[in-house]
Amino acid sequence: MSRIDAARRVGVSPRFSRKTIGDLFGDVFSLLFGFIMNTIDLVITPIQRRIGIRRMAYLFLVPNMLIFSIFVLFPMLLNFYYSGTAGTKLFPEDRTWVGTENYQTLFDCEDFTDPNSCNEDFFWRAVSNTVVFVIFQVGGLVLLALLTALILNREIAGRGFFRSVFFYPVLLSPVVVGLIWKWILQRHGLLNGLLETFDPERDATLFLLERNWAAFWVILVSIWAQMGFYTLILLAGLQSIPAVLYEAGQIDGANNWQSFRHITLPLLMPTMFVVLVLSLIRAVQVFDQVFVLTGGGPGTATKYMVQYIYETGFINQIPRRGLAASASVLLGGVLLVFTLFQLWLGRKSEVT
Amino acid sequence: MKLRVILFLLIVAALALPAATTSGQDAVELRITWYDDGNEGAVLRDLLDQFEADNPDIKIVIDTVPYTTILENFPVQLAAGEGPDIARVTDLGGLAEYYLDMRPYLSDEEIAYLEENFGPFLQWLRLPGDTEGIFGIQNQLTITGPYINRTLFEQAGVDVPSDENPEHTWEEFAGACKAVADELGDDVFGLAMDRSGHRFAGPAISMGAKFFDEAGYPAMIDEGFIAMSELFVKWHEDGTMLRDTWAANTSYAGANEEFANAQLACYMSGTWQVQQFTNTIGDAFDWEVVPFPCGPGGCTGMPGGAATVAIKDTEHPEEVVRVMTYLADEDVLREFHARTLFIPAHKGIATSAIAWDTDLELAKKALSDWSIQVPNISPIAFDLQAYPFNRVMFDATRDRLAQVIVGELSLDDAMVRIQEDVDKGLDELAE
Repeated sequence: MSRIDAARRVGVSPRFSRKTIGDLFGDVFSLLFGFIMNTIDLVITPIQRRIGIRRMAYLFLVPNMLIFSIFVLFPMLLNFYYSGTAGTKLFPEDRTWVGTENYQTLFDCEDFTDPNSCNEDFFWRAVSNTVVFVIFQVGGLVLLALLTALILNREIAGRGFFRSVFFYPVLLSPVVVGLIWKWILQRHGLLNGLLETFDPERDATLFLLERNWAAFWVILVSIWAQMGFYTLILLAGLQSIPAVLYEAGQIDGANNWQSFRHITLPLLMPTMFVVLVLSLIRAVQVFDQVFVLTGGGPGTATKYMVQYIYETGFINQIPRRGLAASASVLLGGVLLVFTLFQLWLGRKSEVT
Repeated sequence: MKLRVILFLLIVAALALPAATTSGQDAVELRITWYDDGNEGAVLRDLLDQFEADNPDIKIVIDTVPYTTILENFPVQLAAGEGPDIARVTDLGGLAEYYLDMRPYLSDEEIAYLEENFGPFLQWLRLPGDTEGIFGIQNQLTITGPYINRTLFEQAGVDVPSDENPEHTWEEFAGACKAVADELGDDVFGLAMDRSGHRFAGPAISMGAKFFDEAGYPAMIDEGFIAMSELFVKWHEDGTMLRDTWAANTSYAGANEEFANAQLACYMSGTWQVQQFTNTIGDAFDWEVVPFPCGPGGCTGMPGGAATVAIKDTEHPEEVVRVMTYLADEDVLREFHARTLFIPAHKGIATSAIAWDTDLELAKKALSDWSIQVPNISPIAFDLQAYPFNRVMFDATRDRLAQVIVGELSLDDAMVRIQEDVDKGLDELAE
């Protein structure tokens, strides 16, 4: 029934029928929308006439490229320049050009396996900490994500619930994750409190004050926080494997392990590689969550590359921005290799 | 149709309104970057409200930030030329290149007043070689030194070393603190020190550290510095010191919460805690200031504090100086100190009685005890505080000793690294 019909039925002239708030909102919206679109059209139409519809795509890319250039490309180029300069001045034109001196300082080392023998020992401690973190965090993450995905892919009770539970930590910000685990792991934290209920005589374990414990927990917390995301990717990969292959396997007498080894794993491998490369990139960049949880301590046991760069360039009273920029160029190089590898994998899987 | 026209006009009016309102304002807005240890931000706001009432052409906004922001982010902001008009800083000489010399905007009487009352502290805000610039006012004088929880000492039946001998040693002091912890069990720790090289410097000077060579260049490692470092590491190894403060962090950290929770027998911190302890502890237990423990180099803490400085990139230097002159006024400053329980650097206020705005006898006694200790501060400590790049020295001490405590570095290697870190920093400055 139209509004005019409704108005007639109740004996009111449609011209004087009351407008609802919804109608008013609609009017405002259409007025605004029309105003904006007409204004845009005033600009776009002459341009389209001038350059032709085929070239319009480039025009629409301009804002994005502009933002990308200002906030990504330009800072990257500036960072390259900074890595060849020294001094405490902030603006590039005020800084002294020293060429490769900062890189030489970073690589001035008698024995690369012993940070104490290096001129810039904090850098090499950060490098070795990052390598250890990447190996164990990525290894643990991929394995546990795969295991979880395999379980969640089965017909288990409460499958939807568990899928949500494992994904939930991904929704938390790294700072919140760091704080929650700090409350759990500190001297008078939840974990020590819990352990004391079983053994009132035991001394508190210094989870964040002993180097090995701290390194262990940082890795574990990082796996806990990120695993859900990668589990989801692997789960999607598992669900894309045709069930008919497993049926064929069963007919041929394959047991569960053989099905996993010869059907699941090969077909999941492209997804596994994506997960591996993505988690590698993220692990190399580790910072915020660990910074909140341990601050990089005890000592430098959980100080990773990004924190080293941050502290060298910004925290010290006399900042060594050139050195920090050099370290970030090196870190960028590592990330570039991983990214190119990921792109290569992507293209390869597209071809196959 | 009419409705649409009305709506259109309303939208245009709504969009134009903020611009019209802004153009109607003609008061100069000044911004102060500030951090709070206690209630000083609120006190400052009250004082500035009075100023604004008398000076309607100036409006002042206080941007309160965490202390770590003042230490770590604020210098970058200043270097980028994006600083505020006024700021509260503790890296007094380190940021001197960004301060506004207020003399061109001050009368001769005002300059004479500031020089007379803030004399030695004005030098802390100057760059090396400058002996005349006036950049701000030292409105908080701090001294580092130890607090004790006397209630815990009494519960443990341990004598406070300074009760019998004010010139007791660091070993005696730390031993007594540990005895309290040993007696009272796992939930009480002996001694903690703020995670700061500045806090370590006083005890090191007591043990004979000189910090500078004859030419005035930072020379960190000598017998006194090594002696205090050895004691400091030993105290962490034998459980005298709370490991959490120095081992679990990488930048500044305090142990004020542990002290307020009565988990610490002794706490090496400074005067600025009085205001906070007044609020957090009150008279829940007997807390007090004890004399500096002694060593071969004497009995000393470190002076320091916070200054309110004018920033040279301000677009309104005259208005900034009017605010600074108001804040430096003896009556205004007296109210600021009385209400914040901060020890004054202002000579006129320091040499007269202050009506501290607290009923807590423990706080009044603590402030009195701190004042008694001022003459004991070593000249080396004053020189170190006046050195503009002292934070490089403090940070190197803090970072390397923490590495020794957690077993990453030997003490010998740490001593070498501390001097190297200072040299590297100063080399970068010379580029």
